[in-house]
Amino acid sequence: MTRTMNKTRAALTACLIAMLAGPAHAASGWGLLNMPEGVTELSKKIYDLHMMIFWWCVAIGIFVFGWMIWAIVAFRKSKGAVANTAMVHSTRAEIIWTLIPVVILVAMSVPSARVLIDIEDARNTELTVKVTAYQWKWQYQYLGTDVGYFSTLARDSNSARQLQSGVDPETVPNYLLDVDRPLVVPAGTKVRLLLTAQDVIHAWWVPDFGMKKDAIPGLVNEMWFKVDTSKTGRYRGQCAELCGRDHGFMPIVVDVLSKADFEAWLAAQKAVVKQAAVAQATPAIS
Amino acid sequence: MATHAHAAAHDDHDHKPHGWRRWVFSTNHKDIGTMYLVFACTMFFVGGTMALIIRAELFQPGLQFVDPQFFNSMTAMHALVMIFGAIMPAWVGLANWMIPIQIGAPDMALPRLNNLSFWILPFAFLILLGTLFVPGGAPAGGWTMYPPLALQGGDSFPMMIFAIHLRGISSVLGAINVVVTIMNMRAPGMNLLKMPMFVWTWLITAYLLVAVMPVLAGAVTMLLTDHFFGTSFFAASGGGDPVMFQHIFWFFGHPEVYIMILPAFGIVSEIIPTFSRKPLFGYESMVYATAAIGFLSFIVWAHHMFTVGMPLAGQLFFMLATMLISVPTGVKVFNWCATMTRGSLSFEPPMLFALAFLFLFTIGGFSGLMLAIVPADFQYQDSYFVVAHFHYVLVPGSLFAIIGAVYYWLPKWVGRMYDQKLATWHFWLSAIFVNVLFFPQHFLGLAGMPRRIPDYATQFADWNMVSSIGAFGFGFSQLLLPYIIIKCVKSGAKAADRTWDGAHGLEWELPSPAPFHSWESPPSAAVIARGAEH
Repeated sequence: MTRTMNKTRAALTACLIAMLAGPAHAASGWGLLNMPEGVTELSKKIYDLHMMIFWWCVAIGIFVFGWMIWAIVAFRKSKGAVANTAMVHSTRAEIIWTLIPVVILVAMSVPSARVLIDIEDARNTELTVKVTAYQWKWQYQYLGTDVGYFSTLARDSNSARQLQSGVDPETVPNYLLDVDRPLVVPAGTKVRLLLTAQDVIHAWWVPDFGMKKDAIPGLVNEMWFKVDTSKTGRYRGQCAELCGRDHGFMPIVVDVLSKADFEAWLAAQKAVVKQAAVAQATPAIS
Repeated sequence: MATHAHAAAHDDHDHKPHGWRRWVFSTNHKDIGTMYLVFACTMFFVGGTMALIIRAELFQPGLQFVDPQFFNSMTAMHALVMIFGAIMPAWVGLANWMIPIQIGAPDMALPRLNNLSFWILPFAFLILLGTLFVPGGAPAGGWTMYPPLALQGGDSFPMMIFAIHLRGISSVLGAINVVVTIMNMRAPGMNLLKMPMFVWTWLITAYLLVAVMPVLAGAVTMLLTDHFFGTSFFAASGGGDPVMFQHIFWFFGHPEVYIMILPAFGIVSEIIPTFSRKPLFGYESMVYATAAIGFLSFIVWAHHMFTVGMPLAGQLFFMLATMLISVPTGVKVFNWCATMTRGSLSFEPPMLFALAFLFLFTIGGFSGLMLAIVPADFQYQDSYFVVAHFHYVLVPGSLFAIIGAVYYWLPKWVGRMYDQKLATWHFWLSAIFVNVLFFPQHFLGLAGMPRRIPDYATQFADWNMVSSIGAFGFGFSQLLLPYIIIKCVKSGAKAADRTWDGAHGLEWELPSPAPFHSWESPPSAAVIARGAEH
């Protein structure tokens, strides 16, 4: 038994040390042990909540596992322990170990409810993007404009992921986490996503944004995020709800630009759309 | 002892039929229990092979062995086979063997029904496993069968639903039999609060089964009519709602989780007192905690689907109700700890498995508590963190309890002792590899790896490799179990009637092996009193 305990403890300790060391371990495999703190207002609250519950569990774990280990070590028959067969019941102890967990649960649930209420507050959003999921790609439409496009798995990942392709995934940059056209959003802006799906249920998940939401045919779901102004950059995620054969191959990439860069990007996109419309309206003369 | 002599005398004229008739036409609770256990063990290795195909593909990034569609079939079938084919039949097998013996009855109350409920199973699973060979392949929409994806299934789709219906009928019949047996067949003087914990946990489990298996049947029937008869219960285009399926499914699915774990609580409550040589601490609060868990299991289902978009009040309710489950579960863990405290502990194989249960199920409980926290669940949902969580409660939880129960009662069943040294090896290999297998999956999920994917980004490669190594180690270690059992049946040394010196309960008042018709006349009040020192 002690060996299992040691194993479990060792794993927990490794986990603890890694978590104390902080979440800054970008892409290396062994160091990826914990939830990312993320780059949005909500993701940090969610991370803090996760850590709070985790430490509660560690504290309870130290008590419970400590008790178990103590009992196993101290009351061994081989060391001459004699059973006290009269010790079968204690109303007081049982009330205590019913009430203390209740108190701990209340302590956990209050901050959890608070964060949840923040998450559900989708008022005052400044930009809305409609996200439609398909087997197996994403469509992004910037509401109020004509800008919209599909986002699919990048070509080099796609050829490397074929059965026995002979391509080493390690040689493909951002293997399975790269797309042809990323979603583009501004930092420091409350962005609302309206999620739906065309065929089966999918889920839109970028861990750095703190959460995921299902995209369900026939329903429109809502989620929002606000990336810190200082955190412009590229963030990656994946479909998180089993959606058929290529569920593992519909990544999500989000480019977070500064507000000014985003406006410029959006204007350029609008111009492209307009040009295309004009081109279509005017029959080509040969 | 008079009872022993009495029972032994009956042993001589068992009148048991011989050859295949003994099994096919069996109405004997022990023979049917044995068939259930052999069936469960077979399915355990079938489902285990599927798990190893999954872990082989996930050993490295890139697709090396299987097509993604077949990979999806493996994840769906692994779950269906393990839940419905291995864990649940194993519990019914143990219930069949032990409940009549533990309550002082000669057999189950409804022996022909018992025969029927077993013999449905092989056919249900022939159909289910047959889907591997039909056009379009086996079901690949997950064991949860969410529409619309499940509706895209090929020929396997109606076969899967028919198999689930059969399997559900088998479960309901088995559960009715358990309830009727416990309510009507207890020996005089064996009142409800004298019953062993295994009987208690199974009684509550049986009620859960009767309540929720028909719900599953309803849900899959609606899927069937959506697919073939033009209804649109779950099709948005026809005014239906795909999310409604999830609500119905998990109204079955969450109690189902407890169906798989409550009897494990019962087993652990039998084993720990025996090897602590001390009665179970807080017997009555154990009973009430089990009942509380059974009740709460009906009001927490939506915690499986926090990301579908529910009203705030609904999310809060399901969060709080889910957190509440940790209170009665905590009571159980504390009671087990208190049982060991001031005991006289020894570490035979059943005790080792029970202790591993205690440690590792608690870890699964912690991750369960974390998953209850809705905002955090928005990150955990459908990631490998969830996979780690439910495997911690099902493998070192339910499965270890089943293996512990087999090592606990095997000498009583066959009258021979097994190789305890080898069983101890089995324990250590299982306990170490199960952690190598599942602990890294916590890291993978938190770092952002979704579940049910056949291939992954390269930063997940290291821990996936560790997990796969653990999987193969764990899988091959399990081959020791049938080997130990067969060796015991063939050449084990004669086992004592009271195999373990600290064991209490009516089963230890019978000779080993237990006579074909367990208690032909009810045990006397004195025997019951001796057995009831829980």
